[in-house]
Amino acid sequence: MMDLKQQSPLGKFIEHLKAGEFAFQYSKADDKAVFYPRVVAPVSGDGALEWRISKGLGTVYSTTWIPVKDGQPYNVALIDMDEGFRLMSRVEDIDAKLVKIGMRVNFRARAGDKPDDPPYPVFTAAEGV
Amino acid sequence: MENLLKRGSAAIVGVAESDLGLVAPQTSPIDLMAQGVMRALDDCGLQLSDVDALFAATSQARFSTLHLKEYLGLNPRWNDNTQIGGSSFEAHVAHAWAAIQLGQCEVAVITYGSTQRSVSRAAASPREYNYYEAPFKPFMPTTAYAMAAARHMHQYGTTREQLAEVAVAARQWALMNPVAWEKEPLTVEQVLASRMVSNPLSVRDCCLVTDGGGAIVMTSGERAKTLKKKPVYPIGYGEGLSHNSIASMADLTVTGAAVSGPRAYAMAGLKAADIDVVELYDAFTITPILFLEDLGFCPKGEGGRFVSGGRIAPGGALPVDTNGGGLSYCHPGMYGLFILIEAVRQLRGECGTRQVKDAETALVHGNGGVLSSQITCILGGPSTV
Repeated sequence: MMDLKQQSPLGKFIEHLKAGEFAFQYSKADDKAVFYPRVVAPVSGDGALEWRISKGLGTVYSTTWIPVKDGQPYNVALIDMDEGFRLMSRVEDIDAKLVKIGMRVNFRARAGDKPDDPPYPVFTAAEGV
Repeated sequence: MENLLKRGSAAIVGVAESDLGLVAPQTSPIDLMAQGVMRALDDCGLQLSDVDALFAATSQARFSTLHLKEYLGLNPRWNDNTQIGGSSFEAHVAHAWAAIQLGQCEVAVITYGSTQRSVSRAAASPREYNYYEAPFKPFMPTTAYAMAAARHMHQYGTTREQLAEVAVAARQWALMNPVAWEKEPLTVEQVLASRMVSNPLSVRDCCLVTDGGGAIVMTSGERAKTLKKKPVYPIGYGEGLSHNSIASMADLTVTGAAVSGPRAYAMAGLKAADIDVVELYDAFTITPILFLEDLGFCPKGEGGRFVSGGRIAPGGALPVDTNGGGLSYCHPGMYGLFILIEAVRQLRGECGTRQVKDAETALVHGNGGVLSSQITCILGGPSTV
């Protein structure tokens, strides 16, 4: 199990992101990906979680757009990663209204919005829209 | 698992709303709770001095039962501040049922108060910081329900018109409820033309933002028979907690109601077809659609077609959300208490023009968080005990 006096699960995740990597955990005992990062796997309580690096490919599971007064609407999406876990994120670089369920998307690390904010994972369309 | 909650050991004997809508400046959520408690005690003929157990929750006071103890000068033998969002009060009913049956208390009040319209939604329920959501600026809770609706539309062909039918039915019921916030009729076209909040949910697909509160009084089955009103009994209960954040909900088209419903039906010895009146937490137009499916009123995926053509509206085949719902009656943020109040009034026959004829069984389904905590209570009149 992680030593929380040394590092937190989120701390490790952010450390990988700063290196441009999208890390997730894997339980060998359960043969299952674990996300968000934790000290143990859910259900089994497996404390020997491995850190792995995602290939960065996923599929939009669901999506919404939110209007902005005097601006462009922005996207919020749930992404199912090929390694078998889901996260909230957004698909960038295209009109928020064109993000569709089933769309293949590619990870990229984005710097935090303010200088002290941690980086976070976002996505772009993997194929032509 | 064996059910140890005995039918008839506890009953709901008093119900009341506090002032609803927009309350005066500087009103506190505890003022609304206290007002609700006094009105609910008056409803059954009990006194403040009879109360020996407190059950309460609100997003504006973490230590709700301590506030209430102090404000009303009570010395409870039992208290429960369970906070799982809007379904907290359905959980409180079962917890009070158990405590009364065990003899830990005899007269329990369950109460809620909120001033979220007065102080703003953001001030009334500040959201906890979550690294995995914050950078994406979801408009919560609406965005979570919008993504459930989008997924339901994608998988089952559900349409925005079908979602709008839920809002229109709620409005028709609300027009028969004198204390409902909304007073004007609503059409499907008006819902579709209203401002988008988080696609595909428009402002008319979303619950109201009002002030309000209320209370329920429960006591032993024996004492219930000596009080002013016809007792209403909890006869079935089930919990289905599925996640905290929406990214951890396994299937956005199947809620914890698929777990809580069967548990409640099994305890009550009833099925969906045996239910006379249905009170579902309608935070958004998609939620009654999901719950009608998960609670067995129609097959999975059929909810949109099921609610169409006025089926859940006044005069329809299945009376749903007869008070006008969170969509048109009131929604102070944790709405679950109000569907319990309405179900009790329906089973007592007190609902005037919106009364469902000869209602003897009611299903009350509470929802909390972002489809996170699903609690089903089945209530029955004297013939069910």
